[in-house]
Amino acid sequence: MNIHEYQAKDILRAIGAPIPPGEIATTPDEAEAIASRIGKMVVVKAQVHAGGRGKAGGVKLAKTPAEAREKAQAILGMQIKGLTVEKVLVTEAADIASEAYVGIILDRASKKPVFMVSPAGGIDIEEVAATTPEKILKLPIDTRYGLMPFQAMRLGFFLYDDLAKARAAAKIMGQLYTAFMQSGCSLAEINPLVVTPTGDVIAVDAKMVIDDNELDRRPAIAALRDESAEAPSEVQARNANLTFIKLDGNVGCVVNGAGLAMATMDLVKYYGGEPANFLDIGGSSNPEKVVNALRIITADPRVKAILFNIFGGITRTDDVANGIVTATKENPLKVPIVIRLTGTNEEIAMKILTENGFSASSDMDEAVKKAVALATGGQAA
Amino acid sequence: MSVFINKDTTLVVQGITGRDGSFHTKQMIEYGTRVVAGVTPGKGGQKFEGTVPVYNTVADAVQATGANTSVIYVPPMFAADAIIEAADAGVQLIVAITEGVPVLDMTRVYPYVKEKGARLLGPNCPGLISPGESKVGIIPGRICAPGPVGVVSRSGTLTYEIVYQLTRAGIGQTTCVGIGGDPINGTNFIDALAAFEKDPATKVICMMGEIGGTDEQEAAEFVKQHMTKPVVGFIAGQTAPPGRRMGHAGAIISGSAGTAAEKLQAFRDAGMGVAKRPIDFVDLVKARLH
Repeated sequence: MNIHEYQAKDILRAIGAPIPPGEIATTPDEAEAIASRIGKMVVVKAQVHAGGRGKAGGVKLAKTPAEAREKAQAILGMQIKGLTVEKVLVTEAADIASEAYVGIILDRASKKPVFMVSPAGGIDIEEVAATTPEKILKLPIDTRYGLMPFQAMRLGFFLYDDLAKARAAAKIMGQLYTAFMQSGCSLAEINPLVVTPTGDVIAVDAKMVIDDNELDRRPAIAALRDESAEAPSEVQARNANLTFIKLDGNVGCVVNGAGLAMATMDLVKYYGGEPANFLDIGGSSNPEKVVNALRIITADPRVKAILFNIFGGITRTDDVANGIVTATKENPLKVPIVIRLTGTNEEIAMKILTENGFSASSDMDEAVKKAVALATGGQAA
Repeated sequence: MSVFINKDTTLVVQGITGRDGSFHTKQMIEYGTRVVAGVTPGKGGQKFEGTVPVYNTVADAVQATGANTSVIYVPPMFAADAIIEAADAGVQLIVAITEGVPVLDMTRVYPYVKEKGARLLGPNCPGLISPGESKVGIIPGRICAPGPVGVVSRSGTLTYEIVYQLTRAGIGQTTCVGIGGDPINGTNFIDALAAFEKDPATKVICMMGEIGGTDEQEAAEFVKQHMTKPVVGFIAGQTAPPGRRMGHAGAIISGSAGTAAEKLQAFRDAGMGVAKRPIDFVDLVKARLH
């Protein structure tokens, strides 16, 4: 789960990290009022789950409260990478002497959180890693011991030769690590970490990504989810316990299991079609899930054919068949449906489907080919 | 022959009285797995289905029955504790089926298990099956048959699909190993490939990867350097968009890293067979068996 910059900053601020004051605004009036309270030059920053906000025009300086109002007016409601800006952060503008990058990622290879720091901050760290890897220090942390003081100092000295600044940075490293662990992050970044002309070290931007598996045990973090920043169909799917990702094609896919769901999408493409979505109904075969899945998929007008691909292991195919029958009785389909199912209780499932006017096959390739033909031919059922 | 489990595997089920644990324990017993004990705190002294003794702790279960393998069906927030408990009790192979284990938990579990000298499979995996000998986990027994092919996969149902197609074509398996879809797991492709390389009964290996991470690329390098047996590979997620988690926590393309194209190229560079579709495994394996 992504959280907004202002939410990540709130978490870090609560731990004591030095972050310039700022507040969230949803209207130009509020932005003006916040800028007045701050009483200095401010930055108005779009709060959306997308990188490259600056390049898209979503980050603007404002010298006066009136100007903050103007900038907020322009940014609120703008689209950045398909997402509408609903909120802006109005925050004190920092004077910048130098910028550094500080990040922690959960690294698969070392199976540890890894600190990545670079004195080349403020820009894309992937680019730095690709072009000048010597400018990055990577330091894996054993979570059983946590970030040791010597490690924090090593990271600090990699950024700054000056002892006072290295110490200040080391303290921020500790705060970022604490935030990372306490919030259940898979990524936490301060970019840039800024040294001001007076020598203070401060965090000017922050980003955190939370491991979805952490949310059950961290209700305060789960409550930070901003559903207005996500596609409505994905919110609806999550609330129905389905894993759904919207794509651009016209073959709607309903599959059990993530690997098979991906392989099904790939096979749609292989036979010349384009998948409309990734959808995993999961291992348990509650008919209600099938009903919800069909509701979400058919809400997309671009979907021209629906493909079910079910391999019944734990999933009982008769449950899926019942789900299809129930869902289509409630909401008759306007597009053709192709059903492939095999495995547990296959005979019962086939019987249920046939009795209700559906046909089904047990061959994956045949079913995918048929769904692609129906979607591209645009034939009605 | 087989890898990791065989007819001598003695199993303790952690979470045996839960909904998933009890269902799959019955299936494993039916398949012929030697389920010698179960663990549910507070239910020590009971018998599961009138036959399998239940203990309060894994230590008690191991002491009483000598179980050498454990399978875990406990809820995600308790899985880390359950894995460490099994390793602490001296269990050699720990199979964690549980999906949704926080990844940070695994950063503590993994080094602990390793230091204990135990092997962890999973979490978020379907377990493994050596057809005709033993099954530990949730892979449906009836889709498998004994034979010469080793199978290793990050997926569940996709594995069933491919194993089923192999079995229907008359190609059986030594062992099917599901390593799971999480970013930090106990056993990776290389561990399984090395085991299959040593297993005299395994003649060809099928490997099913997916987008995200570099496990498949490292496995391809291992195949190139150390494997004498032919390996056929597949990658799911060729149509997956970058930056989105495709169901499995580990199935995510970060920036431009971890794409299907990159992994398939690594397979080709290692001289592996590449299945474009699941059904292609049948012909590719047949060609390498003869």
